[in-house]
Amino acid sequence: MESNIDKQEYNITVYTENQIGLLNRIAIIFSRRKLNIESLNTSPSEVESIHRFNIVITETEEVVRKVARQLEKQVEVLKVYYNTNEDVIWQEMALYKVPTNVIAETVSVERLLREHGARAVVIRNDYTVFETTGHREETDKLVNVLQQYGLIEFVRSARVAIIKASDGFHAKLREFERREPGDDVVENQYLNKGDKVFTM
Amino acid sequence: MDTLAIEKKNAEQQKPKAVATISGSQILLNGLIEEGVDTVFGYPGGAIMPIYDALYDYNDRLKHILVRHEQGATHAAQGYARTSGKVGVVFATSGPGATNLITGLADAQIDSTPMVCITGQVFAHLLGTDAFQETDVINITTPVTKWNYQVTDASEIEEVLAKAFHIAKTGRPGPVLVDITKNAQIQLAAYFGYTKCDHIRSYKPTPVVRKSYVQQAAELINAAKKPFILFGQGVLLGNAEQEFKAFVEKSGIPAAWTILGAGAIPTDHPLNVGMLGMHGNYGPNVLTNECDVLIAVGMRFDDRVTGRLDKYAKQAKVVHLDIDPAEIDKNVKATVPLWGDCKETLPMLTDLIDKKSHTEWLQRFRSFDAEEMKQCIDAEINPTEGELSMGEIINQLNQLTKGDAVIVTDVGQHQMVACRYAKFNNTRSNITSGGLGTMGFALPAAIGAKFGAPDKDVVAIIGDGGFQMTLQELGTIMQSKVDVKIIILNNQFLGMVRQWQELFNEKRYSFVDITSPDFVALAKSYYIDGQRISERAQVKEALSTMLNHKGAYLLEIMVKKENNVFPMVPQGCSVSEIRLK
Repeated sequence: MESNIDKQEYNITVYTENQIGLLNRIAIIFSRRKLNIESLNTSPSEVESIHRFNIVITETEEVVRKVARQLEKQVEVLKVYYNTNEDVIWQEMALYKVPTNVIAETVSVERLLREHGARAVVIRNDYTVFETTGHREETDKLVNVLQQYGLIEFVRSARVAIIKASDGFHAKLREFERREPGDDVVENQYLNKGDKVFTM
Repeated sequence: MDTLAIEKKNAEQQKPKAVATISGSQILLNGLIEEGVDTVFGYPGGAIMPIYDALYDYNDRLKHILVRHEQGATHAAQGYARTSGKVGVVFATSGPGATNLITGLADAQIDSTPMVCITGQVFAHLLGTDAFQETDVINITTPVTKWNYQVTDASEIEEVLAKAFHIAKTGRPGPVLVDITKNAQIQLAAYFGYTKCDHIRSYKPTPVVRKSYVQQAAELINAAKKPFILFGQGVLLGNAEQEFKAFVEKSGIPAAWTILGAGAIPTDHPLNVGMLGMHGNYGPNVLTNECDVLIAVGMRFDDRVTGRLDKYAKQAKVVHLDIDPAEIDKNVKATVPLWGDCKETLPMLTDLIDKKSHTEWLQRFRSFDAEEMKQCIDAEINPTEGELSMGEIINQLNQLTKGDAVIVTDVGQHQMVACRYAKFNNTRSNITSGGLGTMGFALPAAIGAKFGAPDKDVVAIIGDGGFQMTLQELGTIMQSKVDVKIIILNNQFLGMVRQWQELFNEKRYSFVDITSPDFVALAKSYYIDGQRISERAQVKEALSTMLNHKGAYLLEIMVKKENNVFPMVPQGCSVSEIRLK
């Protein structure tokens, strides 16, 4: 049995075609195995008509590798990578809505916000919306602080992550577009090697 | 990106001018014919009426078999696909018609059967309104299809159908569902002729084989003292029976099969050492835990094959040949992951291995065989007194068919007995529900199997429980005059569950006592001939009568009520803890 000690956060990056129903196909790969998705972001990638999913789960590498293979098996999935937090640069964006009078009257609050790198997005008579980006703990910390000053509403985005070792998807896509795989395309090179990338 | 964009533009300009303006339904039917489809199993209904209307004019080119329930259509398509190697095609209407496909889709998904299901759907403008017979078919079928797609415009049909066939039959095959709204079926669209699909950029069904892995595998095999081959349906699906035989014969390695791999090499082949798994043969199970190199070809280490995983072949180095990368390391860690189409990888491997014979090692299997024969097989297939056993029926059938018939089985005790004792001289002649274990599979699957292999004798072997799940398909057999022979092995119990209740639940028989109608009279009501027997002296003649009968025939054989299938690997035990009694 796998112990919790081997579990850690993994960032799964999935490049897909833009196809209705694919989100469901991807989601059920997790739900079927009773895996909780902690964060899910999907949006168009740098390549036209190709979408990028960023999925965060806390699991053992073995489970993540198997899930990644199931993901890549889907017809409309082009490529899957998975990385630990050390292998990526990641950010989450947060918005905080606080009463403007508190900000205006309590000098310490303004200083606090500056210390946390918050930026005002909207300033109105009744409330002000601040924005920060950072890791979960950082955005959490500011929530805790602002609770004391009448925080009205808080929202946080899913995680987006960039892979430190990646060399872009454009070149990869060329390989996918080619009808006949050439000699230079080294397939299943990473299979069973425990590396964090594999290719179809 | 620029050149890609230009290429696309050129392709657009090169597209031929429309040859005709026809309806979406006609585009679909033309497409099926272009894909080489000759038989469709289906059932009409409101939302698929335009397709059926068009079908009226295609009657000379497309044979449509009207089933009695959509589940029957899916199993028939599976039977057809399994015997013919072609894609099985199903038509069903929206709502209940489509939901009735689920069992067959799930079965085809887990057993990698190529199938294309076309379902009707309500008009596109009614989607999401809870319209009459509307169901969210795409989302319901997503977990049990390799791919699915909803068409809402006739202009999409050609391309989607071409993709559907390409996906269903390439790589690791599987079921695909195309849901077509009624407006798209009626809509007129420009028709450019049919273009088959041979490339989807996000889909790489045939992996490039890595030679270094072939080399590593060959080195392991050449150095092995006790190598052991396990083969599965991948050999059949890859049409690699010849390549596999060459590999086995050059290597001289004993080879055992999974239930869906049966027939890839003949039962009587000197290196075929029998069946794997829970009710498989003694030697292959025990020696799995003694071999030094395990070569798995086109099989997926199902739990019914491996038993307890942490005690499965721990001493062995594993070479795993599979076309699906998700299967590598899924259950059993591979020392050498030989990812690829076995039609390609097997000859590469055969080239590099030494010609050998492992006489002593093979003899070990044969000694276990002798022990198994003495302790359990002999009493099962050669009894001289008492009630009839299932094994002796199969044994007798072998002598009459000489192992050349297509055997279709349902699920349960009779399935295990039939697969253990039936002789298979030919590939694609064991049709059964392996992964899903679908009771009710056999009768409709036999119908499809006969259409897929019209020159073969098709014998369906079914239990009294499973038969009652899809017996309405007798109507299909009657109407379409399908020449299938049906043997009901009636033990008046849901036998496999009863066996487990006897062995593991202290004989607390909970709802396994099942009563049956007069099956022979039932068959007669469908104008199908038949008889019921219960005496040993009648068996040979009754089987001959059945096989020589022109047209369908139902033979009900009363067998011993409380007989158990042995050997058996009890759940939670290692394969080497297999019990002979």
